[in-house]
Amino acid sequence: MPERKAQDRVNDFVIKIGTVNGTGSASANGLLMKAIFRSGVPVVGKNYFPSNIQGLPTWYEIRVTRDGHRAREGRVDLMFALNVETYARDLQEVASGGYLVYDSTWPRPGLLKRDDVTVIGVPLAQLCNENFQGVRTRILMKNICYAGVLAALCALDLDIIRTLLSETYAKKPQLVESNMKAIQLGYDYARAHFACPLPLRVEKMDATRGHIVIDGNTAAALGCVYAGATVGAWYPITPSTSLMDAFKGFCDRLRVDEATGRKNYIMIQAEDELASIGMVIGANWNGARAFTATSGPGISLMQEFLGLAYYAEVPAVIFDVQRVGPSTGMPTRTQQSDLKSAAYASHGDTRQVCLYPANPEECFEFAATAFDMADRLQTPVLVLSDLDIGMNDWMCPEFKWDENYRPDRGKMLDAEQISKLDKFWRYYDIDHDGIPLRTLPGINRKGAYFTRGSGHNQYGAYTEDSKEYQFVVDRLRKKWLTAARLVPKPVIQRAQQPTDIAIVSLGSGDGAVHEAQQRLRANGIHADYMRIRSFPFNDEVEQFLQSHRINFVVEQNRDAQLRSMLIMETGVEKTRLRSILHYNGMPIPASYVFDGVMAVVVPQRPVAQRVV
Amino acid sequence: MTFMTKPRVAHPDLPRNELGLTRRDYEGATSTLCAGCGHDSVTGALVEACWANAVEPHNLVKLSGIGCSSKTTAYFVSGSHGFNSVHGRMPSIATGANAANRKLYYIGVSGDGDTLSIGLGQFCHAIRRNLRMVYIIENNGVYGLTKGQFSASADLGSTAKKGEANTQPPIDPVQLAITLGATFVARSFSGDKAQLVPLIQAAMHHDGFALIDVLSPCVTFNDHEGSTRSYAYTREHYEEVVHADFVPHAPEIAVSYAEGELQPVTMHDGSQILLRKLDQAYDPTDRGVALETIQERIKHNEYLTGLLYIAKGQPEFHAQNATPDGPLNQLPYERLRPVPAALDKIMARYR
Repeated sequence: MPERKAQDRVNDFVIKIGTVNGTGSASANGLLMKAIFRSGVPVVGKNYFPSNIQGLPTWYEIRVTRDGHRAREGRVDLMFALNVETYARDLQEVASGGYLVYDSTWPRPGLLKRDDVTVIGVPLAQLCNENFQGVRTRILMKNICYAGVLAALCALDLDIIRTLLSETYAKKPQLVESNMKAIQLGYDYARAHFACPLPLRVEKMDATRGHIVIDGNTAAALGCVYAGATVGAWYPITPSTSLMDAFKGFCDRLRVDEATGRKNYIMIQAEDELASIGMVIGANWNGARAFTATSGPGISLMQEFLGLAYYAEVPAVIFDVQRVGPSTGMPTRTQQSDLKSAAYASHGDTRQVCLYPANPEECFEFAATAFDMADRLQTPVLVLSDLDIGMNDWMCPEFKWDENYRPDRGKMLDAEQISKLDKFWRYYDIDHDGIPLRTLPGINRKGAYFTRGSGHNQYGAYTEDSKEYQFVVDRLRKKWLTAARLVPKPVIQRAQQPTDIAIVSLGSGDGAVHEAQQRLRANGIHADYMRIRSFPFNDEVEQFLQSHRINFVVEQNRDAQLRSMLIMETGVEKTRLRSILHYNGMPIPASYVFDGVMAVVVPQRPVAQRVV
Repeated sequence: MTFMTKPRVAHPDLPRNELGLTRRDYEGATSTLCAGCGHDSVTGALVEACWANAVEPHNLVKLSGIGCSSKTTAYFVSGSHGFNSVHGRMPSIATGANAANRKLYYIGVSGDGDTLSIGLGQFCHAIRRNLRMVYIIENNGVYGLTKGQFSASADLGSTAKKGEANTQPPIDPVQLAITLGATFVARSFSGDKAQLVPLIQAAMHHDGFALIDVLSPCVTFNDHEGSTRSYAYTREHYEEVVHADFVPHAPEIAVSYAEGELQPVTMHDGSQILLRKLDQAYDPTDRGVALETIQERIKHNEYLTGLLYIAKGQPEFHAQNATPDGPLNQLPYERLRPVPAALDKIMARYR
């Protein structure tokens, strides 16, 4: 990308802050992001943290984006290199014409010098040592002091910062004062020693009204509360744990009977994922809306039970907050690499309904969709989020809830409905849509049936008869076709002009594709865009693919899992599907999609160093 | 095959329980296990206990994993819901089902392979949660369906059908359960209906996890000389320490037993189990004594049977979680969703 002029940088730049994990920098970073958001300027926050509790390097990236983009930019304009260990690589990462701030308590004149980067030294440790007592306090305050420096350099409003602090520490006002003191120290030092503000600065806008800043796990948890979930069973695993924590947090406030103190929900920390999915299946089988949250390794462990739930037709909701695999992989980095293991989870002919939210607002919305689909279709529904959506801060439109919503429990019969039946057969396709009737224990003697993962006939009885077995699995195939009509349709965004070029993506790649689509248009390339939101693929998916000469399939895994599924599940020729794959663990930036399309569409274009 | 139904013709004078149901109403599909299998006797005891306890069939949930033992859930109380899940994972299904509706009776039937090998983890954790369920292990020391491999409960030195000797020490589910804090632990023998039926009846009224380890010989793979789970061996090495009679909550029956001979234990619902103290020194409410006595007898190759340990006052799963008295699955949606004003308040935190 060419260098931009200073005046172009107002409300359009990237700050990256490198610190040490576990030293309190997370609160300062969140504070800064929120302060920019409160100034009315759209932001994107990305946390790059290690799989470690304390001591390893960690980064927080804030993209200030007046145009409201939702992806990573992929470049850094202002680096706060506060971790000596990573100073060299942090300096290298700064874009030409950018700035680097470091703690000059330990000066390093000329160290790893770059002439195209302005280096700003602030003696953060010294300032804090002189003004605060105690080792712990000094470290914590050093990690809030830089927020003051940043506020001065980028012209953040200190009043907004003070308001945010007093909201955070509403119950501990003394903390507001000590934090403000540290911020003021940094702020004043920067103002006294440097030309503040920098060209990279924040100017108030009015583009965040009606919006919130929230992560996808919190949003999904809130969605589960609204969907009427009462049982949550899980085994802790990064990056899904915060979903269950948030669910508990919401339930503590919203689901406790004031008079009795009794809880209208139950949270079960299971012994492993084998048990957590078993509990979810047991509870759904018995009529509660139950869910679990996990990540790739958990999905691997749940395979056997997911096959049972598919074949015995038991609803279940599973949030898979994907992380980098294979195996333990990189637990704190993002990927979309469970697409296949989720869609075809378990041995035998199994296929599972999957939803692919692209952002926190869709995590919120899809929670109820997932429970409704699971109950309606009597089958597991996997919601495939990822670490980027689940754990990063996203600016979203405020959530809305339709007060007329009532859970769709599908063909679950009540006592009266059962008593009217001549005879109840659990797996009989009475409506010819592949979905049978269902009863719960304890409702009516006539509704009793036997659930089993072994061969059964349409009446629910054990069988080893070829015909009877096949009749049931063929009916399950029919149910799958019904599912394709019920699951959320893809979101299709047409280019301004008719085109035979398209981009296809899913989940967290959405922001990058949107931005790339805009940049392509600025370069005269028109591309339609389809974001797939569910599996099975609807007819719309196939029609879209067939109507384009080239479909760029953008996904965040090495093996083109979405593309493979599209080849398997639709009639589109392989050659029409071209992959753009990003799988290094970082969220995909827009420039990566842009470059990937340009390389094919305008092959003679020289490609500068690719941003990853 | 299990889809063959037994003729439903019943003698009009068959005794009826409080619900007006006969024992035939508590039967299930015809067993497909080997003739003479100990498991079928356990099934018979379950039919008797459910009838005697006058359980409404559709308020009973039968759960199992995989194996010969796990098939038996299909063979009793066909009017109840059954769930034959996956190998070793029945406890998690039971946990979820119980979480959704605490008002039903849950009977899990498992085997020594299903519980002590593949399912050992889930078994232990169901105990730790004090999940209100009856957990029966039909324990024959052998893998039957896969044709005779040793299970984790096979005794050291016992031999397989073809003569191979077991070289690994057994896991004793009874000692394990007591160590883990189980609140109702019993052992019995499939051929001893007089002991087993009241134990099951009592277990169904226990307010927590009730384990009954039932020694149940495998006639096909483990009923030979050299086996320590054969009919002959079990009958010889079988000592009843505490005989339990179960008396439903009905005072006029309870007083018919003479005090002194019996140690009554009141269950959570007011009904009582009466423990006949065959050994005056034995106190089934003392965990240390229970373990010591069991271990002492094991040294002599003896199985101590009866209600071996019972703890009272331990909060069961739902009490630990402060859930409402009624089933969670019957809470109307209006009580589950936040009030309309709540969303705006929540959103304010993220603005």
